[in-house]
Amino acid sequence: MTLKLQLIKELRVPIDAGCICPDTFAGKSLNEIAELQIWEGNRKRLLNSLFELKEDSQETPDETNIHLTGNLSRVQRIGAGMKGGEITVQGDVGMHLGEKMLGGTIMVEGNAGSWTGSAMKGGTIIVKKNAGDYIGGAYRGSTKGMQGGTIIIHGDAGTEVGCYMRNGLIKIQGNVAQFVGIRMRNGTIVVQGSAAERAGAFMTGGKIIICNNVTSILPSFSIDSIKSKAKAEGEAIKGPFYLFIGDLADHGNGKLYVSKNKNEYLKSFEEFL
Amino acid sequence: MGGLLVKNGFVYDPLNNINGEKMDIAVLDGKIVEKTRNAKVIDASGMVVMPGGVDIHSHIAGSKVNSGRLLRPEDHYKDVEARTAKTRSGVGYSIPSTFTTGYRYSRLGWTTVMEPAMPPLKAKHTHEELNDTPMIDKGAFPLLGSNWFVLEHLRAKEYEECAAYVAWMMRATKGYAIKIVNPGGLEAWGFGRNVRDIDDPVPNFDITPREIVQGLCKVNQLLNLPHTIHVHTNNLGKPGNYITTLETMKCVENLATEVNPAIHLTHCQFSAFAGNNWRTFRSASEEISEYVNSHSHVTLDIGQIIFTNTTTMTADGPFQFILYQITGNKWVNNDVETETSSGIVPFRYKRKSYVHAIQWTVGLELALKIKDPWKTFLTTDHPNAGPFMAYPKIIAWLMSQKARDAVISKISRKARHKASLPSIDREFTLHEIAVVTRAGQAKALGLKNKGHLGIGADADIAIYNLNPEKTNLAKEPAMIRQAFKNAAYTIKDGEIVVKNGEVVKSVNGKTYWADLKASQSLLEIEPELQKVFEEYYTVKYENYLVPNHYLSIGAPIQIQTKV
Repeated sequence: MTLKLQLIKELRVPIDAGCICPDTFAGKSLNEIAELQIWEGNRKRLLNSLFELKEDSQETPDETNIHLTGNLSRVQRIGAGMKGGEITVQGDVGMHLGEKMLGGTIMVEGNAGSWTGSAMKGGTIIVKKNAGDYIGGAYRGSTKGMQGGTIIIHGDAGTEVGCYMRNGLIKIQGNVAQFVGIRMRNGTIVVQGSAAERAGAFMTGGKIIICNNVTSILPSFSIDSIKSKAKAEGEAIKGPFYLFIGDLADHGNGKLYVSKNKNEYLKSFEEFL
Repeated sequence: MGGLLVKNGFVYDPLNNINGEKMDIAVLDGKIVEKTRNAKVIDASGMVVMPGGVDIHSHIAGSKVNSGRLLRPEDHYKDVEARTAKTRSGVGYSIPSTFTTGYRYSRLGWTTVMEPAMPPLKAKHTHEELNDTPMIDKGAFPLLGSNWFVLEHLRAKEYEECAAYVAWMMRATKGYAIKIVNPGGLEAWGFGRNVRDIDDPVPNFDITPREIVQGLCKVNQLLNLPHTIHVHTNNLGKPGNYITTLETMKCVENLATEVNPAIHLTHCQFSAFAGNNWRTFRSASEEISEYVNSHSHVTLDIGQIIFTNTTTMTADGPFQFILYQITGNKWVNNDVETETSSGIVPFRYKRKSYVHAIQWTVGLELALKIKDPWKTFLTTDHPNAGPFMAYPKIIAWLMSQKARDAVISKISRKARHKASLPSIDREFTLHEIAVVTRAGQAKALGLKNKGHLGIGADADIAIYNLNPEKTNLAKEPAMIRQAFKNAAYTIKDGEIVVKNGEVVKSVNGKTYWADLKASQSLLEIEPELQKVFEEYYTVKYENYLVPNHYLSIGAPIQIQTKV
């Protein structure tokens, strides 16, 4: 079943739309889906009061696919906890996209909000433009961030990418703001662009690969060696890289790969090798 | 207020020696009376009728509870309660918001709860939260075991002066009983140290924990306080600490009177560890229960572990620091000026962990091995060993060996083989459950109108949909859990507040405090206190006191002291 949802209204307040999820839609008729409940601010609404629903009868795959169109930047929790199927979004989406998802694919053609893929355990999220803060992060106060799956952001990402990450892969093609990989325990973060300050703060394990400029290295990281390449889930990334180990302030053993050619100012570290 | 008549229930009222008899309970104007006319009738046939539950030790209000709430947003978002026509919305699993705390206690059939650790300096905050905790009567115990004034008076053996100070403190903070946490150790913690055992002198004060416990026990008797001293022992949570616990009980042995016990050991499970380290760790429930069985001056509550993710919070700063080092979790630690300390660490008790599994058995072993149910009470030291919402589970464990075996089969194998719990076949009757959850606790607290259904008692009644005649309860633990989870009716001060597990009316409870009438000496210490306040405290003397109007419904208990 493939469902097309078109936003028919300009949104002024946040929408909690945890029900827009292939698993919730599966096995329901169009009318039943139209009457699913969502929250517009503090008001309960039916799905069809905000979206125009159409069933695409031409293709009938086994999985439930959802196509969303419109400016959904205020719509939160799309695909929360999804186990399979596919969601594609033509436009921007709001916060908590694919929160705690277990499987399936989410493809966003526009920008994504903060908390994309927070605490996810499996599946894939692809964002074609930029994303907000806490990509693959943990809920506030929790120590369980992303635990599996893949997040690929084609543009830039905000602060604290992979906060409390425990496993999985995050790839950012653009740049990241401060605190990439803060408190991460395991898993891999690849940043093709540059990273701002405090990369890997409090990390105790896992791998961060920064292929471009990094503003500074925390003093609690120590240089280990120079590597000609770095591996991210089987894929080799050409270096050379400086490999730092940290965060020693937290007895950490995380690996921070930083491009050698793009960070001339780190040459002074070489005397400690 | 109209009358109520609870008809034909199986009444369990241990303080009046009523054991499951079918009878009617009449209520008028918030009190139990002999009979009423034209009363609203509640048909309780086939149901169990008990006095409202009493909790002697549950951290429900105060600055550390609030810090715990701030520390754990992830604890709240999984457990939210929506607003209803009668109740407010709220959040919280291990540390519910104040209103939710009240509603949840009431749904379980509990009507009186004591907040056992109030730093005197934070008394105003504690009472503000208690004011906002509906549905239950409550009280708070000020922490006095490491207070500078107390330590100085006791060092000089000035018991009467110390009693005058404690009497002033009860009035100033609207407190109910003397709470002692890690006596002396919290003062040492202010300087980064701790006391090793009961005879290790407190740095800078030249007094031992033994003298503090004995001294405050004497003070407690001089003041005629309704409750005994409420003690959290030294070395809590360390392997081998049962020796300290036994010493603590022994040191007040000769102070006991025949009428009243001399000491209440709280969350005793945490103080009943044997072994030299975490590897040789084992249960000391045998040694503790043997002592308690042969002495009459001790009461204790068990502090039963629940396998769940909870939040530990005590005034025992050094212990919380150790817990942080063990878990590596986020933590809070605080030094409360000249009075006490505190700490908070989130904690998960795991079935497969040997130590946690043994801790789980220790609590139940204590309850089951101590023969007299009037000496041991059911608590989880909420939220330290688990949230109070787990009481129905614990009641099922106590009443049914089958329920215990189901958990034992899932715990760490090493613990299963080492623990003595699987060999215990005692099963509590409903009468004994009524003692450990209500009557015994009310008696230990000295609350004369609580915990029983005699004429003149407060009409706090819990009715559970459970038929002891029809079913063999020990074989049906799920039924016990279900019945105690959602009280069929909870009656608070003669009004139906919960029906079938739903709050139907929100009421405000009283706050009990000990209004001690002492002689002139009480007035004489005030100028001296004012001077010390100027010198050592960050607040003015006048701002420290909790005025009467601060309590939304204050219930002073007038007590004539011996000083």
